[in-house]
Amino acid sequence: MPAVSRGPLGRILDEVGSVDAVGIEERVSKYGTRSIKKAAKVWGLRTAVTMVDLTTLEGKDTPGKVASLCRKALRPDDDASVPPVGAVCVYPSMVRHARRALGTDTRVRIASVATAFPSGQTPLRTRLAEVQAAVGDGADEIDMVINRGAFLCGDLARVQDEIVAVRDACGAAALKVILEVSELETYDHIRAASLLALRVLRPGDFIKTSTGKTSLNATLGNHQVMLDAIRDHFLDTGIAIGMKPAGGIRTAKQALTFLVAVKETLGDAWLTNTRYRFGASALLNDLLRQLRKEKTGAYQAPYHFSEATESY
Amino acid sequence: MPSSKKSKRPAPELIFGDLWEFDPAPETADPKLKPSYDLLIDGSFVAPRTGRYFDSINPANEKRLAKIALAGPEDVDAAFKAARRAYDDVWSAMPGRERGKYIYRLARLLQDRAREFAVAETLDGGKPIKESRDFDVPMAAAHFFYHAGWADKLAYAFPARTVAPLGVVGQVIPWNFPLLMLAWKIAPALATGNTVVLKPAETTSITALKFAELVRDAGLPPGVVNIVTGAGETGAAVVGHPLAAKVAFTGSTDVGKLIMRQLAGSGKKLTLELGGKAANIVFDDAPLDQAVEGVINGIFFNQGHVCCAGSRLLVQESIADAFVARLRRRIATLRVGDPMDKNTDIGAINSKAQLEKIRELVQSGIDEGAELHQPACRLPSSGYYFRPTLFTGVSQSHRIAREEIFGPVLSVLTFRTVDEAVEKANNTAYGLSAGVWTDKGSRILKMSTELKAGVVWANTFNKFDPGSPFGGYKESGFGREGGKQGLAGYVRLG
Repeated sequence: MPAVSRGPLGRILDEVGSVDAVGIEERVSKYGTRSIKKAAKVWGLRTAVTMVDLTTLEGKDTPGKVASLCRKALRPDDDASVPPVGAVCVYPSMVRHARRALGTDTRVRIASVATAFPSGQTPLRTRLAEVQAAVGDGADEIDMVINRGAFLCGDLARVQDEIVAVRDACGAAALKVILEVSELETYDHIRAASLLALRVLRPGDFIKTSTGKTSLNATLGNHQVMLDAIRDHFLDTGIAIGMKPAGGIRTAKQALTFLVAVKETLGDAWLTNTRYRFGASALLNDLLRQLRKEKTGAYQAPYHFSEATESY
Repeated sequence: MPSSKKSKRPAPELIFGDLWEFDPAPETADPKLKPSYDLLIDGSFVAPRTGRYFDSINPANEKRLAKIALAGPEDVDAAFKAARRAYDDVWSAMPGRERGKYIYRLARLLQDRAREFAVAETLDGGKPIKESRDFDVPMAAAHFFYHAGWADKLAYAFPARTVAPLGVVGQVIPWNFPLLMLAWKIAPALATGNTVVLKPAETTSITALKFAELVRDAGLPPGVVNIVTGAGETGAAVVGHPLAAKVAFTGSTDVGKLIMRQLAGSGKKLTLELGGKAANIVFDDAPLDQAVEGVINGIFFNQGHVCCAGSRLLVQESIADAFVARLRRRIATLRVGDPMDKNTDIGAINSKAQLEKIRELVQSGIDEGAELHQPACRLPSSGYYFRPTLFTGVSQSHRIAREEIFGPVLSVLTFRTVDEAVEKANNTAYGLSAGVWTDKGSRILKMSTELKAGVVWANTFNKFDPGSPFGGYKESGFGREGGKQGLAGYVRLG
């Protein structure tokens, strides 16, 4: 007789524990009330700059646009004291152009969204081949999407096996596992998916909220669920995995609030771009604008910053 | 999955250090304090007939904020006579919708000057500015708005009954939520057609006296609200005055007992909201991180100066160690210090006397063999501060498990079964509040009927609303404040 069971998702929730939605949203609303001023603000802004994965993921991307993005990544501001960003993030076909623009001796890493981003709806062998091609062209980091369909129908082993297969295909490249939180829908699911991924990742790998291609991206709530999972996994195993919120973080104020969450949940060891990144494009110029304001006391118009997309 | 767990390397631990130290972020709004405050009697500010004033101290730096008038029996008598005149001549005869307008006006004036009141509250009481800004002042305004709405609808609150006011109400309030407790007292009294003589606590009179300015600005008829300041003797004069038709008191159980003795046989109505020793009960299926957050909020909110604080943690034995470890990590991130800093989580203890009481009880916990845990946070050099404190290995007979500490001190006890949790939670002379943390809805319902507490929170703690009645069982007092139940304490029903 089969044992009475809550099903695979229920079983993993019994194991990893559930999340109370009201409680977690109350918790994260307090991060926004932290008041970050003066030297603390400058430190936070500069650190956030080094954490940006400067991203362009458009069908209309061209080698020229990617080259321009790479120059921005290396030298974000006219002010040379502003550090370079963490990485550029591009489609696999653009990796070799990015490598050409950045060269090999650079602090800026190349991340590429492989595995049939953003849906992941191609055969596994196609996805693996894409990963290998991106790594072969010079990608330092691979951002993969999980199989949400398999997750939601309870085939958790398949979700995890696919992550392992992609991880192995990455070789020396770091892996970022995108949970696509908006398609998992509940905090319980996000916690379960986080731990499924964390348990097969290597130190230096990341988990990531979203592709930026759906309606809802990184929020403080789903970010917190994932930070809590990273903390639990670290305290259990000693393995430190990184975190990357992506999509929807457009302002410096938002970025600082996310960093406060990191500081108060994972502590100082995660306040570095080897363990924390922002997947963003518009964010960088707002960080620069705020840094300039801290220095000069005045806000500059958007057109003072390169690659600005806002009109004035 | 973790296969090689038994290695020799030290257990992984998080670092909550000062890599990203926040700069001071002081609130700078002007609290508009006067150097000296007089009594509000019959619509004007009058010097006390005692001729005496006492100091109100900022507990964060022990400096004087203002001089406060000391009301003697003659002042209290004048206040009651003014209140009685206002009751007979104006307020009791005024239609409810007109009374409501005045109360709405008080609510709006309070909102208009919210920042100023928040700063004054923090300077005078020591609570973090983010709490006075985000909780005390907005909630006080909400109570006035809520009760303003009732003023012309009392017939609907008590269908098929006739509703009449009582007369002059004597009210004595504590120092932990000075302005909010004032709102809890004055708003329902005015809405139901009573007039008021209110005495704030002697360490925290300033926001009540600033509120007196709002009473004047709102154009309330003279004598409807009278505010007299002073210590215990003034309070006794308010409570014992023959014109008081009802007495409402919030404060310690000891004083509550004195008042009950004093009023026995007098025919005066009485409501008491007294101390507590609430249990926060965490089951093994609870969402742990959110339960940690709730327990932290339950005991460290307002430095633990909360009558319904969750000062006893009852945690199921199977998760006790893991839960305490999570609590300690969370406590390590709390910021203790200058209450005026917007990033401060735990401010100053309200008074020197209270700090000494907390120290004495914590010492008793150590002496009786409980294990003390405190974070290594730095405390300011002057002012009254106390580290957030956790005691493990506490048993039911320890003083720290029985007596109300009224400070940032949490006693951790364990249980194995639901029945044991109920038994331990109810094994106290108090019964103001309780918290239950579990994923199981049926268990929440069972606990809420079996816990002898006026408020039972499920998967949350310290949630208040003007429409929700609040009050105690046993030595936590009687009568309810808030909601229709709260109105009932201020009316005579025919």
